[in-house]
Amino acid sequence: MPDLGQYAIEVLSAYAASILLLLVIVIASVWKARRVLRRLSDVEERRGKTP
Amino acid sequence: MASLWEYANPRKFMTVSGALLPWVWGIAAVCLVGGLVWGFFFTPNDFRQGSTVKIIYVHVPSAIMAVNAWFMMLITSLIWLIRRHHVSALAAKAAAPVGMVFTLIALLTGAIWGQPMWGTWWEWDPRLTSFLILFLFYLGYMALWEAVDNPDAAADLTAVLCLVGTVFAVISRYALVFWNQGLHQGATLSLDAEQNIADVFWYPLITALAGFGFLFLALVLYRTRTEIRARRLKALIAQERMA
Repeated sequence: MPDLGQYAIEVLSAYAASILLLLVIVIASVWKARRVLRRLSDVEERRGKTP
Repeated sequence: MASLWEYANPRKFMTVSGALLPWVWGIAAVCLVGGLVWGFFFTPNDFRQGSTVKIIYVHVPSAIMAVNAWFMMLITSLIWLIRRHHVSALAAKAAAPVGMVFTLIALLTGAIWGQPMWGTWWEWDPRLTSFLILFLFYLGYMALWEAVDNPDAAADLTAVLCLVGTVFAVISRYALVFWNQGLHQGATLSLDAEQNIADVFWYPLITALAGFGFLFLALVLYRTRTEIRARRLKALIAQERMA
């Protein structure tokens, strides 16, 4: 761990906030993608069974 | 040679983006983790700013990408307005939340950095204020997409909003050139090598910037694929209801 001196809280909180927000957008994107793909698969499967 | 417009075909876009995405995610992860670890652990403190200089590796790339994301949305919005390619409208929609998050990171890290250096979290300085307005434009843009039910009408209206917001994206980037006042310093990165920061800070910063850039590309490709599937899902459900 580098010596951050008197500004340790500022530096660590800037990194924590940035990494947290990046994780939020990545996880939200993956979550939405999976939800849409699952619903699309359901509808396509249902249509495939329809004579 | 294939025309660029071939990629506006959703099927072609899905094939090409599906092949590209694992590589783009990988490059983004390597550059982002590499740049941030390098900057945080292996760079010295600044003689004036102390360890707060390490905030540069998250603040500057996010601020640059916040504005670049809006310019990308401008280009895809113009393609939609002129050539009516649906993929370009959906790419703009997909990019907005990513750009919003980058803008928020820039605002938050700027405030955290500003407090010990300027003695204040916030100042109604031209660059800070224009960035805040850009953030509000991102929120408005996303809200407009959700508010209009007809997707083509939503794409038209948001494209116009994007054109208007571009004024603030330009001001965000060039506020210091236009007004030459305020607390915020001038550009950190310059094409003029003599004006750039010292190499010991420059190389990890460029690596982190590449990481943010590739992460943006990966997220936009990934989210555009989701939007294309969502559009197809909506069309299939509408067909079922009419049958």
